[in-house]
Amino acid sequence: MDAPSSNAARPVLEGPDITRMLTRIAHEIVERAKGAGDVVLLGIPTRGVFLARRLAAKLEEITGRPVPVGSLDITMYRDDLRLGPARALARTEIPGDGIEGRVVLLVDDVLFSGRTIRAALDALNDIGRPRAVQLAVLVDRGHRELPIRADYVGKNLPTSLRETVKVQLTEEDGRDAVLLGVKPTAPAGEQ
Amino acid sequence: MSKTLIRGAKVLGGEAQDVLITDGTIIAVGTDVTVSSAEGATVVEAAGQVLLPGLVDLHTHLREPGREDSETVLTGTKAAAVGGFTAVHAMANTFPVADTAGVVEQVWRLGKESGYCDVQPVGAVTVGLEGKQLAELGAMHDSAAGVRVFSDDGKCVDDAVIMRRALEYVKAFDGVIAQHAQEPRLTAGAQMNEGIVSAELGLAGWPAVAEESIIARDVLLAAHVGSRVHICHLSTAGSVEIVRWAKSKGWNVTAEVTPHHLLLTDELVRSYNPVYKVNPPLRTEADVLALREALADGTIDCVATDHAPHPHEDKDCEWGAAAMGMVGLETALSVVQHTMVDTGLLDWAGVADRMSFRPAEIGRLKGHGRPVSPGEPANLTLVDPAYRGPVDPAGFASRSRNTPYEGRELPGRVTHTFLRGRATVVDGTLA
Amino acid sequence: MKRHLISAADLTRDDAVLILDTAEEMARVADRPIKKLPTLRGRTVVNLFFEDSTRTRISFEAAAKRLSADVINFSAKGSSVSKGESLKDTALTLEAMGADAVVIRHGDSGAPHRLATSGWIGGSVVNAGDGTHEHPTQALLDAFTMRRHLTDGAGQDLSGRHITIVGDILHSRVARSNVHLLTTLGAEVTLVAPPTLVPIGVERWPCEVSYDLDAVLTKSDAVMMLRVQRERMNAAFFPTEREYARRYGLDGDRMGRMPDHAIVMHPGPMNRGMEITAEVADSPRCTAVEQVANGVSIRMAVLYLLLGGNEPAVTTTAAPAARIEESK
Repeated sequence: MDAPSSNAARPVLEGPDITRMLTRIAHEIVERAKGAGDVVLLGIPTRGVFLARRLAAKLEEITGRPVPVGSLDITMYRDDLRLGPARALARTEIPGDGIEGRVVLLVDDVLFSGRTIRAALDALNDIGRPRAVQLAVLVDRGHRELPIRADYVGKNLPTSLRETVKVQLTEEDGRDAVLLGVKPTAPAGEQ
Repeated sequence: MSKTLIRGAKVLGGEAQDVLITDGTIIAVGTDVTVSSAEGATVVEAAGQVLLPGLVDLHTHLREPGREDSETVLTGTKAAAVGGFTAVHAMANTFPVADTAGVVEQVWRLGKESGYCDVQPVGAVTVGLEGKQLAELGAMHDSAAGVRVFSDDGKCVDDAVIMRRALEYVKAFDGVIAQHAQEPRLTAGAQMNEGIVSAELGLAGWPAVAEESIIARDVLLAAHVGSRVHICHLSTAGSVEIVRWAKSKGWNVTAEVTPHHLLLTDELVRSYNPVYKVNPPLRTEADVLALREALADGTIDCVATDHAPHPHEDKDCEWGAAAMGMVGLETALSVVQHTMVDTGLLDWAGVADRMSFRPAEIGRLKGHGRPVSPGEPANLTLVDPAYRGPVDPAGFASRSRNTPYEGRELPGRVTHTFLRGRATVVDGTLA
Repeated sequence: MKRHLISAADLTRDDAVLILDTAEEMARVADRPIKKLPTLRGRTVVNLFFEDSTRTRISFEAAAKRLSADVINFSAKGSSVSKGESLKDTALTLEAMGADAVVIRHGDSGAPHRLATSGWIGGSVVNAGDGTHEHPTQALLDAFTMRRHLTDGAGQDLSGRHITIVGDILHSRVARSNVHLLTTLGAEVTLVAPPTLVPIGVERWPCEVSYDLDAVLTKSDAVMMLRVQRERMNAAFFPTEREYARRYGLDGDRMGRMPDHAIVMHPGPMNRGMEITAEVADSPRCTAVEQVANGVSIRMAVLYLLLGGNEPAVTTTAAPAARIEESK
């Protein structure tokens, strides 16, 4: 049919939606983590890091205290490294006080197969021993391949495997949006 | 009575003519060789082909005795025949070294037995090529081998006094010292031409001056003692200048160039493929052009192959561990056609001069390097200059395959070689 | 990136920056309680050393082990190599053992190139120093060290920085690799040596050559002192040790004339009193020890980028963004 236009991703969430969802998640964190006093936010690059920073800012607004925020690159822990060329690494930045005995809140943009989070748990394991690890994602699109769930979800977005979900953030993409599209033609080792 | 009629060949590249050979001698050359006298002759149709006097190589390594794993007199002379040669000079750096009458006679006899090509042994200048004590040059000359060319090739006679004495001594029997010009101290550990490429590759350099300084010294010595010196495998533009100057003085200096130095440059070493490792090393484009020009104007007298067979394992290794040298007998004429004839620098008569007349004269070799005329011995080479094809070492008659031209498209192909009237090569294959 | 790392000239600017950036991340691993990554589990790295070089070998070994690769050390001493086994047979043996990468140190220039192009082995070849040709990982760790001291770090190259390399250029694989890499990264390189220790043909290198150390010191952001072997004196490359030290050695006085931010580098091992005085070697401006530590990070980065996927890392300017939305 009209393949080119159906490939074009359409926004399902816009900037204000994203802001609202992050605000809600921040409030939920404060509530469930009892003031978020020992929470460390670790964003998973690339966009998880920006989301983590935004969440940290909101948490500070709510609690009046700065919340440690950093990044956790999971590339070298991926289970699909051998499926493509060697990948460039992203920054891992653990906040100064570390993660020992704290609640680490992993932040990512999209939760899909769960393999990224599995890798992140392995990576954390080599860095220290948090009291608890939780997960916040902007979008959960389903289709889990591992027994992993998110503690905080911006929006559950039911999708088919033929679809793609792309989060755009001002810091990286120049605008905030969540785009739903259709995979081109799908020999998708990459997916 | 054996008779062969070569029909319609361009003799030395000139007019198409018929050549009649009977019992090893050229009987008639002309456009009207009578049918009656050619009766019963084997006819070789040679329209479009060039007839040359049998090629003579002043510089061949046949490796026997001692390194029969790389070449024997038999395989080497087969390769020579395929390449259009009817005589080769076998270099002395064998094991044992050809520094006695016994060894040169052995090589000479092996050549006789091979039957593919005459083998003229070269005698060592010094005992064991050590550069210290003169070998029995007179005994080698007086032997059945009748040695006239003496060389420590592979090594340089670097001691000025030994070189002077050798030059003087061989005057007694019109000998010539063929010098491998390489100042040893300037080339200790040398791996390739010293210059831009060696600087990048980090390979120890073999500077042009190491060749040129020895040549300069030796032409002066030859002039001083009134003897003749021959420069082996001259490889640099500077060497050309020195030889040109020496000749302008009227001194008795001759020089040879290898086919590979007429074509290849040190840029090829960037591959670190040891097939390009040779001594003297491949030089620069400017050197190649100067060598071609010098061969064309006669400053360089002749082409000599420096055919240097090595077994596969001596080249299938890292550069530093590899042996130096290339096989050349079976590709020499093609490379000369490619670099000299097809470029317009030399005509076929010039090729005959540089690859047959002059080398035979320098070596004082009898029966070779003679005109294609009635009464002369029928040492002849027929070449098809229109042929073009890639070099395939698998088809070599030589026991070794270390050619730098594998897969390279080269012109020209020897179709027939006649040694004293007998065909050693017919239609490009050994008879 | 290419499949092998034979020459620093094989690296584009993007390749080089990617390696340096990757090394920055690898360096962080060294600060963690568990200094190990699972990334190259099941991969085999062979250290094939035909020349003694404990420093370089343990650096590669530490790098491979931190990435969980299996490491096989094959040293020429006491092995079949010293009994006349050829490079080819050694290579075939390693291939049979399933080497994914061969890190080779060899006394002959071009041996790694030969190994990589001969068809003897299928894995990646990493040049750990060949003859007087190249030592690309040394140049990378040098560039990494310079970038940390002279720029803002990640993503940066060395544009506009003035680097001076002093010593035995003729016999130095470190110098050759550095000239390639540093100029690729935008630096301006000046070689300083007595004329006897500068190769014929250097005029075609993308760098300046000076015989006067004092003239270039004041405009250098980094001064790299190369080891000068005392034996060179016997081959008449210079008259005496003292004369060499006087004209081309770095002492406190000379260091004082360098700009305040400039660093002193040395690939080691140092000849104290020859090319460098103890005062300079032990000063905080000398990065020799830091270079050793950086060597492990760089070698981790190289091994990861060559072996971390089913093929070496692809360097294009827009690489990472394209694959963000994978297996989330």
